[in-house]
Amino acid sequence: MMESLFYIAALVALVATVAALTRSNAAHALIYLIVSLLAVAVLFFLMGAPFAAALEILIYAGAIMVLFVFVIMMLNLGETGDIRERQWLRPRNWIVPGVMAALLLLELLLALRHAPTLTSGVAVAPKDVGLALFGPYVLAVEIASMLLLAGLVGAYHLGRRFIVRREGRSN
Amino acid sequence: MGGLQIPLEHVLLLAATLFSCGLMGLMLRRNIIFMLMSLEVMLNAAALAFVAAGARWQQADGQIIFLLILSVAAAEVAVGLGLVLQIQRRFKTLDMDQVNRLRG
Repeated sequence: MMESLFYIAALVALVATVAALTRSNAAHALIYLIVSLLAVAVLFFLMGAPFAAALEILIYAGAIMVLFVFVIMMLNLGETGDIRERQWLRPRNWIVPGVMAALLLLELLLALRHAPTLTSGVAVAPKDVGLALFGPYVLAVEIASMLLLAGLVGAYHLGRRFIVRREGRSN
Repeated sequence: MGGLQIPLEHVLLLAATLFSCGLMGLMLRRNIIFMLMSLEVMLNAAALAFVAAGARWQQADGQIIFLLILSVAAAEVAVGLGLVLQIQRRFKTLDMDQVNRLRG
């Protein structure tokens, strides 16, 4: 009975993802994407990874999506962007790569059918994750921190010139 | 609450389908904002596969790789959206087909 929760959440994630990537309005797509991320967080929780589920909501659906919202607000696309996007979505542009991607997916699904096994059904507590993170994986933490620092510097460099130019134009 | 006993191949199947949705989006959209969203979906699908493997073998490693994927996604989105602002300012369009000249 509880397993049906997993399949419902999986269905929500799939439908929301497909809807997000086929919208022409970026703000509507963003809302579908948030629903999809929340459904994946439910999947993490049901699989026994509560820490990953919390981080999925906090960082993916919270922080990263807020970045998208800010950029969409700054670009201020409006109705013209909506119409232009619909023109860009003509089927002749995507039908061939779509068929090829579907073939690759089909191969993957056929390959996955021959490994029947169950997940353990035991949750991995946040304490274990923290112990492993600052035990054997401490070097990975350092690398992630350097990556985030590089991302911060890069984003500041790219965004600062945008902000300075906009202020100069308004004066 | 512990966790559910779910067939691992169903989770991997979902991850593969989500990943190919993201790949389709990346290929068929020309708006760079939607391309960044597709990248997010693909990274998220990879993270789902890692967490499922961690749940299968009852180890914390899957969630740690999820953390690393999360930091990669955050850094990628920060730089990518900075680039989006620059592209919109310089070329007055978000169409990636028209931004093929990488000169300033």
